[in-house]
Amino acid sequence: MSAATILQELEAVSKAAVDELKRVTNEEALLAWRTTYLGKNAVVVKAFSSLGALPTDERPLVGQGANRVKAALESAYNERAQALKESALIQSLGAQALDVTLPGRPRNRGRLHPDTLILRELLQIFGDMGFQVFQSREVETDEYNFQLLNFPLGHPARDMQDTYFLDVPNRGDNPLVLRTHTSPGQIRAMREIASLNPSNPPPVRVIVPGMVFRYEQVDVRHETQFDQLEGLAIGEGITFSDLKGTLTDMARRLFGPSARARFRASYFPFTEPSAEFDIQCFQCHGKGCGVCGGGWLEIGGSGMVHPVVLANGGYDPARYTGFAFGFGVQRIAMLRYGINDIRYFWENDLRFLEQF
Amino acid sequence: MKAPLSWLKDFVEIDLSLVELAHRLTMAGLEVESIQLIGLPLPPAGSTTAKVSGLTWEPEKIVAAAVTEVMPHPNADRLVLCRLEDGQQEHIVLTGAPNLFEYKGKGPLPQPLKVAYAKEGAMLYDGHQEGYVLTTLKRTKIRGVESYSMICSEKELGISDEHEGIMFLDDAASVGTPLVELLGDAILEVNLLPSFARCASIFGLAREISAITGKALKTPRFTSPPDIGKATYAELEITDPVLNPRFVLGLVRGVNIHPSPLWVQQRLKLAGMRPINNIVDATNYAMLELGEPLHAFDYDVLCKRAAGKQVKIITRAAGKDEKITTLDGVERTLDEGTVLVCDEAGILSLAGVMGGLETEVTASTRNILLEGAAWNMISTRRTAKAQNLPSEASYRFIRGVHPAMAETGVRRGLELMEHWADGAVDPLMVDAYPLPPKTSVVDITPGDVKRWLGLDLSAPRIAELLSRLEFKVQIDSDLLHITCPEHRLDIGSGITGKADLIEEIARVHGYDNIPETRISDRLPLQLGNSPLKKTDLTRDLLVALGLQEVISYRWTTPEKEGRRLPKGAEADNKPYLRISNPLAYEKAFLRHSVLASLLDTAERNSRQRATLALFEIGPIFLHSEDPSGLPDELSRLGILLAGQRNPSGWQPADNSTMDFYDLKGLLEDLMAGLHITEANFSQGEHPGYHPGKCAIIRVGSQQVGVCGEIHPAVRERYHWGDTFQYPVLAAELDMDLLIELIPEQRHTTDIPNFPAVVEDLAFVLDEATPAADVTALIWQTGGKILSELQLFDVFRGGQLGSGKKSLAYRLTYQAVDRTLTDKETAQVRNRIIKRLEMELGARLRS
Ligand SMILES: [Zn+2]
Repeated sequence: MSAATILQELEAVSKAAVDELKRVTNEEALLAWRTTYLGKNAVVVKAFSSLGALPTDERPLVGQGANRVKAALESAYNERAQALKESALIQSLGAQALDVTLPGRPRNRGRLHPDTLILRELLQIFGDMGFQVFQSREVETDEYNFQLLNFPLGHPARDMQDTYFLDVPNRGDNPLVLRTHTSPGQIRAMREIASLNPSNPPPVRVIVPGMVFRYEQVDVRHETQFDQLEGLAIGEGITFSDLKGTLTDMARRLFGPSARARFRASYFPFTEPSAEFDIQCFQCHGKGCGVCGGGWLEIGGSGMVHPVVLANGGYDPARYTGFAFGFGVQRIAMLRYGINDIRYFWENDLRFLEQF
Repeated sequence: MKAPLSWLKDFVEIDLSLVELAHRLTMAGLEVESIQLIGLPLPPAGSTTAKVSGLTWEPEKIVAAAVTEVMPHPNADRLVLCRLEDGQQEHIVLTGAPNLFEYKGKGPLPQPLKVAYAKEGAMLYDGHQEGYVLTTLKRTKIRGVESYSMICSEKELGISDEHEGIMFLDDAASVGTPLVELLGDAILEVNLLPSFARCASIFGLAREISAITGKALKTPRFTSPPDIGKATYAELEITDPVLNPRFVLGLVRGVNIHPSPLWVQQRLKLAGMRPINNIVDATNYAMLELGEPLHAFDYDVLCKRAAGKQVKIITRAAGKDEKITTLDGVERTLDEGTVLVCDEAGILSLAGVMGGLETEVTASTRNILLEGAAWNMISTRRTAKAQNLPSEASYRFIRGVHPAMAETGVRRGLELMEHWADGAVDPLMVDAYPLPPKTSVVDITPGDVKRWLGLDLSAPRIAELLSRLEFKVQIDSDLLHITCPEHRLDIGSGITGKADLIEEIARVHGYDNIPETRISDRLPLQLGNSPLKKTDLTRDLLVALGLQEVISYRWTTPEKEGRRLPKGAEADNKPYLRISNPLAYEKAFLRHSVLASLLDTAERNSRQRATLALFEIGPIFLHSEDPSGLPDELSRLGILLAGQRNPSGWQPADNSTMDFYDLKGLLEDLMAGLHITEANFSQGEHPGYHPGKCAIIRVGSQQVGVCGEIHPAVRERYHWGDTFQYPVLAAELDMDLLIELIPEQRHTTDIPNFPAVVEDLAFVLDEATPAADVTALIWQTGGKILSELQLFDVFRGGQLGSGKKSLAYRLTYQAVDRTLTDKETAQVRNRIIKRLEMELGARLRS
């Protein structure tokens, strides 16, 4: 065969091979194609063995032609192999597709009780203002729950707090009670802190969280056991305006920077002046709505610590002043989480608790 | 305390809207709980915190009218037809009011009857329905007679629940005048705090309104007051001035008992009292107006009891088993010490609480002995409570009425009886006043006000504020010398008096006008609260381990708590603390166990859930021998696990049930998280737990708690949901002790830089050998280079033979400072094998 014929044949095979390769759609056909066009008996391979039969001066021409064709076929093969691999991958991934709208695999998640959640938030707020947590007992003596807080025996103010008494004989005028408020913690905190230096007692800034108990029928808004938070600040320059500022700061931390607190004159035996404090309704911003009625939400009681109470705690009322406040923790949680029924808190129905 | 607006206006001008008035009173400590409108327009919804109710009378539709003739109905005996003049025209109006029947068929009336007349389309309450249902007056035919309007009852107008007959107006009412102009009113119901005793009267409230609005107070004046002197009609003896600091008597002769004037009855009703007759009404009216409860005795009955001697009123404390029949007809046995008003024949009344039946005013009473007294607030409270007799009188005396009011009250009562009952007032009043209260005098400076309120007020401003409440003020440059007025007992002396006055200054100045400041005082030491921090860490770890926190009531019953043990077993012999006045027996005992609370919670929730993973940290209450008598309040951690290990979803999943090792794993993780490294578990015994699945948890030698599977016999004592058939796992730990054991500081080891050698060793042991002993011995023997040890397989059966088990451990050897040689590890390995063979009878399994 002449060089020209060989080169012609190579061109023809190359063209046919490329055409055929376009029709190859699977691995098997690709291998067959490779055997046909690049295998031992392929035209291009044989072209190399036929080189010896050609005249010397024609050999390079044919050799280069065969090389070019071989390289072109190999490259076409590789390209096709890659394309086939990619399409196979796409196909196999497609077959693995999931219904991503099916629910995920459930996990056991633990949760804190909503009362703990709100209490932590409150302790954080007051902690930032320098109030340290002081814990105080739940069973109290009449002395600590009432007498030292300026509720004398037989005083009508005792009618404001319906009390659970404990059945302990021979205690006379000092029966045991379930504390009706966290305020006995005021006396205990003052006495403990004053005892550090009785002649020059250090300032006090504490927060007393804890369960309190009132002899009261339970309904949607009233619990007979509830969590209260008491605050107490005593020093040589504590004023009623500080009380207003402190509780306004709390309102802002809880309900946003535009929240406002309002103070209404009131009466508690252990504070004077005394004030109820309200927070402007976050629903209607003070216009009045179904949540509040009148634009304000009643939160708790507060006031300047009564001189008698200061003295009972070991602080000279001529030198020190102080303020105190207290409010129901659940009340805040109910506003915060939109809880409609206060009885949910200690019933521990998981259908409620699991919403937190 | 109910105050009709019209009555308040007798004593102070009020030009504020009702909403504003209610707001100002509320801000000043006199919380207006409700506003009941009588005919006046309702304020916009949501504009006040007070509860608003009432009916608005349209001025053109509800007017005063005159009934000129009452005629029989042609077809109905129980109805009458009224000829009525409404100022514009004549109407024939149908009514069934029985109080018109006496005029039926008598022809034109010589004195027309003034009534409230509602025209077609008027909005009224339906008199025939229970409660207050609004209805619009429509044209209709009743028994053949056309009806389009009506004569109203009090209920239809929203004045009271009276619907027996129609309401009559005063004869002076001008026909055609809108009714709202004649009778329109509002009743403010004020919640009186104990410190506002002086406001338990219309005049007292008016005084506050005057103070907070700056409008002048119109003080009542009495015409021709009787003098105080030695009267011949009665004498007084007070045996204990502490119980009865003052007693005043007056006498009215020749009274005619009949109903009070209509306007008086109206006022009493609006203020919440039932009109009785002119004498009783006079006592009530004077009390409502001025705050001093009065009591009227039938003087002739007293004279009869005195049997010819002079009437002598004695006040004293009751002895044992004395009895009285009170006005309400109840015979009462009195506690010793109950304060009594008596004469020489016996008990007349319960002082300050309720009068006796025998000397009560009746239709035939002619002469009245009128009592006004001051009673000790504490003993009055005790009597009212003991006899369960809250009354208008005791309401006031319990809060404290100034003895000066006794005289003022009697004067007012006498005056009213003179006017309303044509009585002749004796020119002398008898007065015993053995214990006048000390008048409080307090010195105060603007500096005091600044120190307490953070507010700069000048001395004249302070003087002005206090004068509005009738304090007498003397200013001496910056010193104010304040004298308390003779109607209040709530101002103390010294520094307490200062605090009392500062509250009054703040109130009248307005709490709203006090600035808001941030505390500028010295910050106390910030020590934090370590026990709370550790408790919170514990909570967070348990939540991270998948547990739900619960918080329970502190009360229970011994029976309920007893269920945590098998029948007959006793947990502790400490007596329960019992509430003497519980809401119910179920809420009468303070709990001894947090676990018992958890079991109750689990029981309730087992109907809804297939997995329960709960914890609670809270106090238990145990009797203590502490001299204070206070119980121990001990903090406990309770944990409860039961049900499916994994929550089920739509995929086929692990449906296995939690067992002892889930609980133990959780506790181990908890201890690791708390960095309590010395915790160990050993086979335990506790009546509440499965005898073979119970462990005692110790840290060092201290017992921290018990854990295990709840005894099947205990499990049976609870009512689980039908599908909840899982074993219950539980633990109860001493939280106080855990807090002590959680280290404040801890140490972290470096990540090793040298390679580790890992190998597995399996040992065959007697079944009875606890794994913990094997593990401990390996650790002990492994020394410093044993860095990790994991028990990865427990195998029984096969060729091991019965009573044997195989424990397979993975040991990791590693040194912090070098690469270990084969020789070193081999040495340690051999030591371990040898010691296990020697001490535990173990055999290395090849
Ligand atoms: Zn609102």
